Amino acid sequence: MNRPGFFLALARAAVLSIVAALVIVPLIATFLGGFKSVGELRASPFGLPPVWRIETYTDILGGPVFWGYIQNSLIISFSAVFLTLMLASMAAYIFAQIHFFGSKYIQAYLLLGLMFPFATAIVPLFLQIRNFGLLDNPLGVILPQTAFSMAFAIVLLRSFFQQLPKELFEAAYVDGCGYIGFFFRFTLPLSTPILATVGTFVFVQSWNNYLLPLVVINDSAGYTWPLGIMRYRGEFMVEWNRILAFVSLTILPALIFFTFTQKYIVAGLTRGSVKG
Amino acid sequence: MTTMTGSRPQLSPAARIARMHRQGKLTALLLFLPPALVLFTLFVIWPIFNAANLSFFKWSGYGAIDNFVGTQNYQRLANHSVFHQSLWNSVKLILASLFIQIPLALTLALLIYKKTSINTAFRLIFFAPYILAEIASGVIWSFIFDGDFGVSGQIATALGIEPFYILADRQFAFLAIITVVVWKYFGYHMMIFIAALQAVPDDLIEAAEIDGAGRWQKVFYVKLPLIMHAIKLSAFFAIVGALQVFDIIIPLTNGGPSNSTHSIVSYLYTYGLAQLNVGYGAAVGVVLFILCMVTAFSYRRLAMGKGGAL
Repeated sequence: MNRPGFFLALARAAVLSIVAALVIVPLIATFLGGFKSVGELRASPFGLPPVWRIETYTDILGGPVFWGYIQNSLIISFSAVFLTLMLASMAAYIFAQIHFFGSKYIQAYLLLGLMFPFATAIVPLFLQIRNFGLLDNPLGVILPQTAFSMAFAIVLLRSFFQQLPKELFEAAYVDGCGYIGFFFRFTLPLSTPILATVGTFVFVQSWNNYLLPLVVINDSAGYTWPLGIMRYRGEFMVEWNRILAFVSLTILPALIFFTFTQKYIVAGLTRGSVKG
Repeated sequence: MTTMTGSRPQLSPAARIARMHRQGKLTALLLFLPPALVLFTLFVIWPIFNAANLSFFKWSGYGAIDNFVGTQNYQRLANHSVFHQSLWNSVKLILASLFIQIPLALTLALLIYKKTSINTAFRLIFFAPYILAEIASGVIWSFIFDGDFGVSGQIATALGIEPFYILADRQFAFLAIITVVVWKYFGYHMMIFIAALQAVPDDLIEAAEIDGAGRWQKVFYVKLPLIMHAIKLSAFFAIVGALQVFDIIIPLTNGGPSNSTHSIVSYLYTYGLAQLNVGYGAAVGVVLFILCMVTAFSYRRLAMGKGGAL
């Protein structure tokens, strides 16, 4: 290797390592912090714990609230994923398969949903949820999350459905398979990659969502985990070791999940931005 | 689009519907389309229109909505210094995204876009903060920034000075928030760039090499121009994202000290929703909506592409 090449490689390694350290160190400090006492944490926030105390972690895991938050979050996120995939793939199928008057206008109408975040309408959204009597009800979170994922999901699903071979439908139609039967027997089973992409994406958004549950859910028994973290922090204030342990336990499943599904998350992020 | 119809004779609407019914299309359409449309209308479109309507009233959320106040909510908004600060904070976030975050993401993408196992490992690490919930990231960084613990605590001890509480400091608190936002989202932009770079055909780069292009020439004359659409898209996401920052601010500063670190959404939450000033909150929502629309339309004109956004 020539000299400038060597220095460039060195600079490259240095840049990558520094950025990687900036990402990882806060996460590791969080995880290790849960094993320290408050005093040890104060003396050495980033170092290894002198003694590995697992009480803080076991206290939380054995405590009354943690699993409740996780369970509430799981119920909401899985329902939002299921509903989004169901309703969006049905609508996307119609747009991809059936030519009808008004199809374009309806699609343009749905595309409006891509243009603004739900924070813009959070006040009337809150009133709407209250009118339906869905405050303090998981559905009050699930339905709006589904509605706000709809536009994005339909766009991705429709373009995938359109790429399925047309001959398949013609053959099935001749054999007496109707539009609805074809959807369940062929379109859905053939579309698992895109369903996984959309599903993972909706799951991450729903799982991490804070504003909507904050507005909809008042009763702490129904709290999702982000609300739970904030409540826990409010309760323990300066006992950082407890708070860090709590955060570690809640982000650990997400990080593991991400490692296994990153392919789908990245596909959802970049699809279209490449084609653009 | 179906291939079953063959040539299309001119038919009356009634005949067309009858034909769709015979083919079984009508049933599918009536069963499959309405659920998505109804849900979307009830929870996305209707609230937005209702926000426009409510923003002209003073209403505490209960009883009849009859106190029409015209543009008073908007006037109050235009005169509220905390709202000005929140707009200015959004501008700062946008500038930081465009001039720090995107160049950083682009540099990293150029360094690791090729598919090797080490690059994949780095990619995984850099993208991890994006998967983390904003709330968790905010809490973690509020520990790092805590004057008694964390980085600032360590620095203060090392220098032997009084502990420094960056999140309680009017001058530096928002800088801390910007740091966390860049930390959280640079990996997302990097992923967009990596996908675009991987789609650049190898033969174009080889052709440039044959023509004698050096390392930097390949970057500036081949790779960057070819991923320009991704850079524009990423800038668009950065702007829309900066407009709606909320979750990160709540655990870090909750809008303080003395309301200096609000974003538009945290302002909306604090002054509109938390106090149930429905009309006022709706007015903030409308302003935010307009900002998003303006961004979206300017993006479409700038990027001159159809189908670019998502």
